Amino acid sequence: MPQQRIVVLGGGVGGTILANTIARTLSPDEAAITVVDATGQHVYMPGWLYLPFNGSEGLELSRPERSLLSHHITLAVGQVTQIDPVNRAITVTHAPSVPTIPGLGGASHATLPYDYLVVATGARLAPDDLSGLAEHPGEWHDFYSLEGALRLRAALHGFTGGRIVIGIGGIPYRCPPAPLEFTFLLDDWLRHRGLRDKTEIHYTYPLNRVFTIESVAEMVTPYLDERDIRYNVFFNAETLDAERKVLTSLEGEELPYDLLVMVPPHRGARVIETSGLGDEQGWLSTHRDTLEVKGHERIYALGDATDLPISKSGSAAHFEAKALASRLIANVRGEDPDPKHAMYDGEVMCFLETGRGQATQLVFDYEHPPHPPRPSRFYHMEKHLFNRAYWHIVPQGLV
Amino acid sequence: MSATLNIPIDKEIDARGSFCPGPLMELIRGMKTLPVGGVLAVLSSDPGSAKDIPAWIAKAGHEYLGAFPEQGYTRFVARKAR
Repeated sequence: MPQQRIVVLGGGVGGTILANTIARTLSPDEAAITVVDATGQHVYMPGWLYLPFNGSEGLELSRPERSLLSHHITLAVGQVTQIDPVNRAITVTHAPSVPTIPGLGGASHATLPYDYLVVATGARLAPDDLSGLAEHPGEWHDFYSLEGALRLRAALHGFTGGRIVIGIGGIPYRCPPAPLEFTFLLDDWLRHRGLRDKTEIHYTYPLNRVFTIESVAEMVTPYLDERDIRYNVFFNAETLDAERKVLTSLEGEELPYDLLVMVPPHRGARVIETSGLGDEQGWLSTHRDTLEVKGHERIYALGDATDLPISKSGSAAHFEAKALASRLIANVRGEDPDPKHAMYDGEVMCFLETGRGQATQLVFDYEHPPHPPRPSRFYHMEKHLFNRAYWHIVPQGLV
Repeated sequence: MSATLNIPIDKEIDARGSFCPGPLMELIRGMKTLPVGGVLAVLSSDPGSAKDIPAWIAKAGHEYLGAFPEQGYTRFVARKAR
């Protein structure tokens, strides 16, 4: 077999685990692996949740991607401008801040042919998709970006009381439990600051309960009640009216706020849209088991980039990367993919912070619904440990 | 395009095995990107959908066209009304 070229777009959790797992099994004679990443920085997004409350001490939020990749892997830092499935090639251009593409020998533009392409380009925030958000960037806050989380921290530290509204600006969004976790952590923080009795917290959710999974919603609703957190269900944010300081829902309700925390609308990477490969929101139509992009031979997708009906989360990307690595290793060697390990079964494992130093855990796949245990300190500590252990075990593909 | 009760379906989302974000979230997402008058079908294997999906469609003012049982799942069909 001649050496096969595997190109991975995106150095997030999924792309990095995939590349490292393949590099550990296949020799450089069997496969040349290139990861193309826009910034060259690997970001641990789950850490942003804690930033507004100063709760991220000791948490590393990013590391250079190069330091996490096997030395057999080429890392090219630049913008992917085109995916060309017909000629099996992608084009890359240098990042705006530098004249060349680090990792590609001083070129400013390059065309990289592939035998196998993995699109792991994640999601991007798209405030334009909700009326009023892009027009009034100073009016709302978020914890879905580093800049947003830092600005929210400053706003909370200057907050003296009033009504805080948590709104969901679009579906799908990354990490479905995060708005609920944020709400519980906010309640704790306001109590600690002596501001809770001067603050109304309004949590909103698109469905007719406070979380998508019924058993979890039933478990946490009494916590919201006992902590005097108001909740508006069936509330799909549609318009931000900055002049009146009101958030309006698709269902026709209005919610005034003093401080607004939004989950901004999300979309797939721009290159998916410009290459004409995605749906209306830029997600790639992906086979749920094999992770092949439908209608495109030798292109695979994982993580937030897909249109799969599973949570957009690092955990899903993690398990997908393991299954896809097994499939690509078999493909390169001309073997049949393992019917078990090369199939993604919908596995996701994540934690849900419920405040007061407690958390629960959600474990499920396509066939098995989650049965979350009662929130306890144990799961909070486990999440805390995972946040720290991440850099040593996850990107390397060791777990 | 496929037909259910002679209704042409503009978009179908396979949300079988979806616990999080779940079939109703997939339906809301589909509705948001569909033009008014478009017909959306969502495949769900979650028994809770029989209650959740019609409730949201009524609340959001769309037109519920019915639930059609298949082997091991149900196809929920709705028209975007506004």
